[in-house]
Amino acid sequence: MDITRRDFTKIGCKIIISAASGTAIVESMFTKGIAAENPPEGYDWEKHFWGYVVDTRKCIGCGMCASACKMENEVPFDEEVYRTWIERYRVKKTINETREEEVEIDSPDGGIEGFEDDIPAEEIKKAFYVPKICNHCDNAPCVQVCPVGATYTTKDGVVLVDYEYCIGCRYCIQGCPYGARYFNTEKGTADKCTWCYHRITKGLLPACVQACPTGARKFGDLKDNTSEVKKIMDEERITLLKPDLGTKPKVFYIGLDREVR
Amino acid sequence: MLENLIWGYVYPNESEIQWSILIVLYPYITGLVAGAFIASSLYHVFGKKEIKPVARFALLTALSFLLVAMLPLLVHLGRPERGIEIMFTPHLTSAMSGFGYIFSFYLTIVVLEIWLSFREDIVNKALSSHGWKELLYSSLALFSFDISEKALHDDEKFARKLAIIGIPSAAFLHGYVGFIFGGIKANPWWSTPLMPIIFLMSAIVSGIALLILLYIAAMKIRKHVIDHKCLQSLAHYLWIFLILDVTLELLEIVSMKYASREDIDIINRLLSDKIGFTFYGVQLTLGIFIPFVLLLMVSLIKNRETLKLYMISISSIFVVIGVFAMRWNVVIGGQEISKSLSGTLTYVPVFYSQEGILPALIIFILPFIILLVVTSILPPWKDMEEEPS
Ligand code: SF4
Ligand code: SF4
Repeated sequence: MDITRRDFTKIGCKIIISAASGTAIVESMFTKGIAAENPPEGYDWEKHFWGYVVDTRKCIGCGMCASACKMENEVPFDEEVYRTWIERYRVKKTINETREEEVEIDSPDGGIEGFEDDIPAEEIKKAFYVPKICNHCDNAPCVQVCPVGATYTTKDGVVLVDYEYCIGCRYCIQGCPYGARYFNTEKGTADKCTWCYHRITKGLLPACVQACPTGARKFGDLKDNTSEVKKIMDEERITLLKPDLGTKPKVFYIGLDREVR
Repeated sequence: MLENLIWGYVYPNESEIQWSILIVLYPYITGLVAGAFIASSLYHVFGKKEIKPVARFALLTALSFLLVAMLPLLVHLGRPERGIEIMFTPHLTSAMSGFGYIFSFYLTIVVLEIWLSFREDIVNKALSSHGWKELLYSSLALFSFDISEKALHDDEKFARKLAIIGIPSAAFLHGYVGFIFGGIKANPWWSTPLMPIIFLMSAIVSGIALLILLYIAAMKIRKHVIDHKCLQSLAHYLWIFLILDVTLELLEIVSMKYASREDIDIINRLLSDKIGFTFYGVQLTLGIFIPFVLLLMVSLIKNRETLKLYMISISSIFVVIGVFAMRWNVVIGGQEISKSLSGTLTYVPVFYSQEGILPALIIFILPFIILLVVTSILPPWKDMEEEPS
């Protein structure tokens, strides 16, 4: 035997390392063709950058948007999962011991069926609705934490999940500060709002925006100076949800109150 | 029913807890691995002769647990068949993506370390046995039968170098698990830079305690006397690491409470309503303070070996339970508060389900079975049963 033990170990190590890296390279060559690289046909995603405005002053809590979303995107009606939902905030007149305002927040079934008056009006100081949706964050923590890159940002600024690629670890659900993600039990993957990517790339509006009877939800191209969304951005005072987390949301709010998180 | 489990307002998508008991088990098991390995390096690297009887046994323990460390994660995946993608197309900004690599690297080190420290025994067995056993041990020896003094000396030198790399990688393996949680800024209960080091300290503590228990059990089963010097020295290290562990854990809580940021109300509610018992009761009192006092007494009392043996065993049992509670409080506790910071929810474990208690139990029993098998192939008893000096 002329191979010494040391050589043996060395050779073994080399084989293992090269086999591992070889497989990784070959594998990644084949898997590069994921959705992130291919915009839908006939659509130039370099030309757009989408944004969303919610004017909470206009929302009446009818829930049309939320049910339109479930229908459009086949989100199961019988499961507690939502791509968009409406929150109701009611600030009560009573002041508790700490002199803090008492705020009742709810979103029964995501607000799909609207809301019931279960607190007498004279007890309420002020009340308002806040529609919520994935913020398609510019600095999205969900994209950051995905271990396989199944969650990605498109060139036109939309955060999507590649269902063929997601391993269902749910790290992104933990990572999203806004509760915008859910687990799709049927697919075994994470899921969330796509801003109706299948519609907007054909020049249509997202289903929720289309369904809103009061114009509380607006969607448009931030690269287009004439779009309503861009104009609002330029003229109104805008707030973001949880700006301190540095996620840079692209859902812009008008008329948020301090208790909204 | 769901309504009773929820207090205040939680985002509608949060009504289900995503990371279940399996994900509690994952940092628990990797922690035991890191701890056992570091215990063995006390001998291999730092030359603490008192630890020698358990040094090789500790390596086998680390291996047995390491082999199942991946399982809870894998079983928990929505698409387990795609799990391997973490190795092939890791997305490097994710704290989770390095897991496969760190795991494999560490596994290699542990296996090599075991091979080197058992090589002499393997070769002897290969030379003295026949049939399939001869084949087994010869292949384990990689068909190199050189056990001259020089070769053994080289082995030892190499093993020591490996163990030196092993310590930071054990620390990395587990500190990194802490970062998986610590890096989630969305969750105020997780997001702290102290998380990796807290995880590491509690890992070491749990690993040493487990080693103590396994050592006592093995000696009882084999009806052999316990080397009290070794045991007490392990207990001593356990005590030191307990101090570090509790300092960090308290520091985290105290600084959260002192800073009193926006999220403090929900954290207070978590600590009082949700995990009050498992946190203050099990994690801190049972898992740290009682063992701390008991172990302190062990180091003060003279002679009375049997009494000390009991005290050390009880402390170790408490520590292993306490560290499990710590993992629970982090993983489950963090998900019991809503990211709306306005409500809490409750995790109700189920028994039979893909992510239930049953698979968790099975996964947790596995390493003990593996350990039985490995110790029968590579018995570490020689050093464990040398007459205590
Ligand atoms: S809102 Fe949540 S899911 Fe949407 S992009 Fe931001 S972090 Fe991701
Ligand atoms: S669940 Fe899917 S999309 Fe989310 S982090 Fe895991 S692999 Fe990525």
